Amino acid sequence: MLDFFKNRKKQLKDFQGVVRSRQVEEKEIDVPDGLFEVCPKCDVHLLREDLAIGSFVCSACQHHFRMTASARLASLIDTGRFEEMDADLVSFDPLEMPGYSEKLAQLQARGLKEAVRCGIGDISGFTYAIAVMDSHFLMGSMGTVVGEKLVNLIERATDERLPLLIFATSGGARMQEGILSLMQMAKTTAAIKKHQDAGLLYICVLTSPTYGGVSASFATVADIIIAEPEALIGFAGPRVIKQTIKQVLPKGFQSAEFLLEKGFVDMIVPRVELVKTIRRLSKMHRVGGSK
Amino acid sequence: MDLKEIENQIEHLRNQLAGLDENDVKMQKLRQNLAKAIDEMKAEVYQNLDAYDKVYLARHPKRPNTKFYIEQLFDDFLAFHGDRLYGDDDAIIGGVAMLGDLPVTVIGHVKGTTLDENVKSNFGMPHPEGYRKAIRLALQAEKFGRPIVTFVDTPGAYPGVGAEERGQAEAIARCLMIFMGLKVPVITVVIGEGGSGGALAISGGNHLIMLEHSVYSVLSPEGFASILYKDATRAKEAAGIMKLTADDLLGFGIIDEIIKEPLSGAHEDPEWLIPALKEALTSRLSELMKLSAVEVTEQRYQKFQKMGGLKR
Ligand SMILES: [Zn+2]
Repeated sequence: MLDFFKNRKKQLKDFQGVVRSRQVEEKEIDVPDGLFEVCPKCDVHLLREDLAIGSFVCSACQHHFRMTASARLASLIDTGRFEEMDADLVSFDPLEMPGYSEKLAQLQARGLKEAVRCGIGDISGFTYAIAVMDSHFLMGSMGTVVGEKLVNLIERATDERLPLLIFATSGGARMQEGILSLMQMAKTTAAIKKHQDAGLLYICVLTSPTYGGVSASFATVADIIIAEPEALIGFAGPRVIKQTIKQVLPKGFQSAEFLLEKGFVDMIVPRVELVKTIRRLSKMHRVGGSK
Repeated sequence: MDLKEIENQIEHLRNQLAGLDENDVKMQKLRQNLAKAIDEMKAEVYQNLDAYDKVYLARHPKRPNTKFYIEQLFDDFLAFHGDRLYGDDDAIIGGVAMLGDLPVTVIGHVKGTTLDENVKSNFGMPHPEGYRKAIRLALQAEKFGRPIVTFVDTPGAYPGVGAEERGQAEAIARCLMIFMGLKVPVITVVIGEGGSGGALAISGGNHLIMLEHSVYSVLSPEGFASILYKDATRAKEAAGIMKLTADDLLGFGIIDEIIKEPLSGAHEDPEWLIPALKEALTSRLSELMKLSAVEVTEQRYQKFQKMGGLKR
């Protein structure tokens, strides 16, 4: 029980740290130069290589590390079976927000183009239109490019009658793109509606953290909603809620387990079982592909 | 000097003017000068409002609210309550109204005019039940082929524990999705503050109107300032770069139309803009109602897809 509290505290601290780093300066991208990574939950030193092989799950305590979109795709997709879409679509600075262009340029220089990668790919031989968001790029925030890339993917899925699989992670709307970011919620959700009306399958996997404009748009209207263990998911961030209500938040608030209990996710699936779960769901929904 | 102080000054001058004896010939000149000074001050101030002045006017405690517009624009209105799932949210009002002889479904955020009203309506910040009531009424409108008019006036969704426990994110998302697919025309009017997802949830219009001094933004200038400058008191500066005024949004192609307000804001003469707004609603709806159900949905879809679009 004591561990549980410790973990929760740590997670909250973690998330607040991320929120804070988003406010100040985006954290430097973690280039894996060191050999070890320390688990934020149990403090065990883990070999980076082992971490990558183990889908970035701590072998000691099962803590799920955040994954880059590239690592996620590598862990899911059958080798060589991913046709990426709009890989080079990059954000411009529609509001001429101070410092934003520079920030984008810095991230792009490190090889990160945007906060989502989209394409058509095979998972265990089942073909999906796949989007993977990346919290390493401006906290996975949804601006015009994320909206546009998602809509292009969803519209193609509708046209080609493909099921849709989205891995969500986001701090919310991209405030540097102001009101245009807010409108991406409407855009993506409208495209999802057409996909839904066409009778096609949409699975969304909520990973930590999923908040704001993403949780309040395409991410929570899927046919099947899966969450990763202990993922933090909500609309308003815990800090804002605490400030508003001036009370301590309930234990486990906004965790995947909390959402399962409240009825907002279908299941919590540990990362190591995800591909197997997708395979089972694919069979149940007669998803096409080479399989 | 901020707009509130200027308002107080003008008010002070007006009181002075009112205090002067109208029949005193010797005061004639002074009265004229005072009246002239007031007019000049107003003209100068209100013709050069910055973004934060507009935020101030959009949130003005005397600004006409959704209930006022419902009363003024429609000949009859019956409010419907409840989401049929959990409760009734006073932050969102909904029902059926008569626009001339046309029945329309009306949905809008409610800000109170008194403290009691504000407490009851949670200062216009909905809980999940509000969005779910909106969903229910929107689908009902679709069933009966009624067009929908929504009024937007909210600081945003309520950041509370209960709201999260009852799936605020899902409620907003579903409301948004339902609106995006509606087969009946929707007109959205931003009458005050359009704040974040709480505003967007009921803003899925085929035609979007903003009153001249209303604002619409991804988050409040205070929230924006606390993120960008780590200092919520720099809201004025934040508002200046956020592009949240009606002119900004018209420039981005997000809204379609701006309805003029009296010089110093809608509260100065609340009924002043009613004829123009009523005419806009009536004529836009009659155009939209000529479209087929498929065309209505597609027109809205394409409209939103263009927002912030990079390739279209
Ligand atoms: Zn661990």
